[in-house]
Amino acid sequence: MTRAKAIVIHPKDNVATALEPIPAGSEIAVRIEGRAKKVKLASDIPAGHKLALCDLEEGDVVIKYGEPIGRSTGRIGRGEHVHVHNVTSPNK
Amino acid sequence: MNFMGFRRKDGKAGLRNHVLVIPSVGCSQNAAQVIARSVKGAVCLPNIMGCGQVGEDRVLLKRTLVGFGTNPNVSAVLVVGLGCEHLDCREVAEAISATGKRAEAVAIQEVGGTTRTIALGKKIVREMRESALRETREPLPLSDLILGTECGGSDYSSGLGSNPAVGAACDMLISEGGTVILSETPELIGAERLLARRARTPEIAGKMLDAVAWWENAAIQGGQNIREANPGPGNIEGGITTLEEKSLGCIHKAGTSPLEEVVAYGSQPGKKGLIYMDTPAHDIEQLTGMVAGGAQIVVFTTGRGTPLGSPIAPVIKITANRDTFMRMRDNMDMDVSGILQGREGIEKAGKRIFEKIRSVASGSLTKAEKLHQNDFCIFTKYINI
Repeated sequence: MTRAKAIVIHPKDNVATALEPIPAGSEIAVRIEGRAKKVKLASDIPAGHKLALCDLEEGDVVIKYGEPIGRSTGRIGRGEHVHVHNVTSPNK
Repeated sequence: MNFMGFRRKDGKAGLRNHVLVIPSVGCSQNAAQVIARSVKGAVCLPNIMGCGQVGEDRVLLKRTLVGFGTNPNVSAVLVVGLGCEHLDCREVAEAISATGKRAEAVAIQEVGGTTRTIALGKKIVREMRESALRETREPLPLSDLILGTECGGSDYSSGLGSNPAVGAACDMLISEGGTVILSETPELIGAERLLARRARTPEIAGKMLDAVAWWENAAIQGGQNIREANPGPGNIEGGITTLEEKSLGCIHKAGTSPLEEVVAYGSQPGKKGLIYMDTPAHDIEQLTGMVAGGAQIVVFTTGRGTPLGSPIAPVIKITANRDTFMRMRDNMDMDVSGILQGREGIEKAGKRIFEKIRSVASGSLTKAEKLHQNDFCIFTKYINI
């Protein structure tokens, strides 16, 4: 298996988590249920941080571990950094 | 699928065959330790509780001590008491022998001093050890396993690597008909509503939510607001965005199965599958509660490393932090850092963990066992009077 730069924990997830710092513009492949999904990074993603696997509208649920972990506070494009600046708790 | 274990008279499956010495009060702990140390193969619970306790603490004490004695990893038990404590050592021994194994009691005040008690205790424990050596393993189904899950000394590697991998192994065990215990209630704060959705019945969800509310309030009474304080600055810097994400990263170690039952600290599950036990997040109290409830084996994920082990149950230490694995080699059993290096998938690491569980169940010793880590601490709600 070639070294992955980001992982997806559950097949329902709409974010991947970077395993190392990945610069904007990189094209990475993440494995979801054995299939590779290619994503071009629109932002720098630090190690341990999340990137969007698809476009998210304001109010959309962010899914990780197969469960809602947050709600987007604005539009997030595929490949963009997903964190405290654009996500809030899903229960707020 | 099988493992090699000891079938006990009450039908339960043991993974080890310990002769256990239980001090029913702190005053007899010294004598109990000397007795256990003098017989190879005997272990002693380092219990110092049992005097001046009130209310539910008395219930927790008896439940935990009896639970350890009835755990199927134990072949026979000697309870050592003083004589004036609130939990009679004979009461503990009788509750244990009701399950079919030999359990004796000696009290220092009755026998007449430490020296005589130690001499009598050694004689009894030696006999028990000789009997235990004649017991043999046989193939037993994995559905007889109760696996405790725990995380301690967590860091960034826990939520991304070790916990998801252990979760995959837990799902495998449950699909074989086994039981997995998720505990450490304070860690549920943030993900409790999500876990509630996986509960078989609204009643089970309600019991779990009540337990979470109790702990959240207890922490606030102590000046700590867990919900407001998490994720902390270090978590956010490391990539954790919300409390839900942090808490899910922790509970994911128990897998994705429906929640079948909620049990109190140290209580035995009545159902198979994923069980939630209400315990503190204190690593040793949590470990003690799960083993008292019948867990014969525990998987323990750690980021920064911890040496903990139980006197009677194997505790498998798993880390996804390569640095920790290399630095604390004598305490770590498994390295799943390949997940974070992108070299191993979560499912594949989970399969390795599942196989390790089988092999440890069948007799392979963990690092904590080799180091004789004897960690034991009973959860209490009140002060000693």
